[in-house]
Amino acid sequence: MTTLLKRAFMLLGLPIILVAAWWFASAGSTSPFWPPLSTILEAFPTTWTMDRIVGDVFPSLARLGIGFALAVLVGIVAGTAIGLSPTLRALAEPVLEFFRAVPPPVLVPIIALFAGYTGWLGKIVTIALGCLWPILLNTVEGVRGLEPVLGDTAKSYQLSRWRRLLFVVLPGASPRIFTGARQALSIGVILMVISELFGANRGLGAAIVQFQRSFAIPQMWTGIILLGLIGVLLAAIFKVVENRMLAWYVGQRQIERGV
Amino acid sequence: MSITTMLSGRAAQTPAAPATDIALDLRGVQKTYDTPGRPEVEAIRHLDFQIRRGELVCVVGPSGAGKTTLLRSIAGLLDVTAGEVVLDGKAVTGPPEGMAVVFQEYGRSLFPWMTVRQNIELPLKEKGIPKAERQEKIDRALKEVSLTEAAEQHPWQLSGGMQQRVAIARAIAFEPSVLLMDEPFAAVDAQTRAELEDLVRSLWKHLGVTVLFVTHDIDEAVYLGERVIVLSNRPTVLMEDVKVDLPAERDQLTTRSDRRFGELRGHVYELIQRAKRGDRPDAPQPEGAGF
Ligand SMILES: Nc1ncnc2c1ncn2[C@@H]1O[C@H](COP(=O)(O)OP(=O)(O)OP(=O)(O)O)[C@@H](O)[C@H]1O
Ligand SMILES: [Mg+2]
Repeated sequence: MTTLLKRAFMLLGLPIILVAAWWFASAGSTSPFWPPLSTILEAFPTTWTMDRIVGDVFPSLARLGIGFALAVLVGIVAGTAIGLSPTLRALAEPVLEFFRAVPPPVLVPIIALFAGYTGWLGKIVTIALGCLWPILLNTVEGVRGLEPVLGDTAKSYQLSRWRRLLFVVLPGASPRIFTGARQALSIGVILMVISELFGANRGLGAAIVQFQRSFAIPQMWTGIILLGLIGVLLAAIFKVVENRMLAWYVGQRQIERGV
Repeated sequence: MSITTMLSGRAAQTPAAPATDIALDLRGVQKTYDTPGRPEVEAIRHLDFQIRRGELVCVVGPSGAGKTTLLRSIAGLLDVTAGEVVLDGKAVTGPPEGMAVVFQEYGRSLFPWMTVRQNIELPLKEKGIPKAERQEKIDRALKEVSLTEAAEQHPWQLSGGMQQRVAIARAIAFEPSVLLMDEPFAAVDAQTRAELEDLVRSLWKHLGVTVLFVTHDIDEAVYLGERVIVLSNRPTVLMEDVKVDLPAERDQLTTRSDRRFGELRGHVYELIQRAKRGDRPDAPQPEGAGF
């Protein structure tokens, strides 16, 4: 029981302190750009009505979901192929290094030129491209780093290509794939917002910009809070999936560390 | 050649084997590791020996003599530099069918994301064995190595000795025609070790499998093998191919106290000591390796 309390405190302690600090620091504020937290919280329910959630939040999240899923799919397939083939790796390495060095937000205006500013396509492509590199590069490393004795075992038992891929290579690379996907998810959230800043009439990012332009400052702040909450929620969902799929890895690591 | 004399030595008990009876034939095998950026290592200089179908042969030699190298070459996981490994009349170029290998790094040869049962099941699935039969084979193999309770656990939850037994269970459930084992009992306690030795003997007898068993334990080699192949120090050549003329029925107590067992053991021990000192029979020099 006490450990449960302790854990709850560890989890919520710092957020509570920060919110309290914000509350008191902003309490008497008269600056229009820095409204009291109480004003922001009052504006929250009237700003994020069902209508806005369906019209702005859901489309943004849907684009993030599609873009992220595409990146996971392409990243794992291409990463596995590159990781398994030295020839492919030699060919792809310089290109990968180049794209890794390009900051993803730079892509937004370029992609918008080709895919348009307002439609879904450009935004999804932006998110997918930004998410792709961490997943791809981590998958390559994960596949290359497979324990050689496991590879020899698979070979000597004559496992077919598919069995080797599904039961040996991919599970072996999965800890690295998850590392890449976690990085990709935070990049994806950033790109979800940024892709809407340049031109979009609906979406979470677009709504925040519109509030700012129409001087609806408390509403703008509610958008940022909502964005933060979505980030926390996504990270929590990710953690649940990771804990399920990497239970073996977590367990193994704990035993190795002698916990 | 010394091998022929050794084989004819055993011909008194077992009738001379016809050529087709040869399961494994090593013809002038030589292996030099040539890793880029590292000095070359000549692991095996020259090995020439044969193993008949259904024979149980032990390999002993000083540490670093190239026992694992030899085993991996036979398993088709390593290309030999010269000569060839012939299995059932066909030169080995990749992992051959119907062969199971228990690796020296047993712990790292188990898939950590699978349970013990799934680890044993995977090769059986590949063989296309139906589910019910698979389960039966798995249960039997686990029982043989006394690991029935660990079936649903993951390898990393088990002790080193238990992991080693899982690797052995996986190999025997596979029912290979050739079984290669690289120091498979190194991490198990003496009691389990004795049981596993008897298990290998009885499996070998019942299944008619050809076994090549690498060990650093001289007693174990003499107790298990029908022949003990003693390797020299690196670069490896054959020290001697020792025929173990002990009765086929062996048990830990009577066999080990047999006078003949003691003699053979002493002989192999002597050979290993000589091998360690660098005393080695003359062997053909590798081509182009003039001094
Ligand atoms: N991949 C490799 N590259 C270079 N040299 C190697 C490689 N693998 C093994 N060697 C060398 O080849 C020699 C034989 O190694 P091997 O592992 O076959 O010996 P071993 O008889 O199995 O030894 P142990 O009894 O310690 O298991 C050693 O000198 C080793 O350092
Ligand atoms: Mg070895």
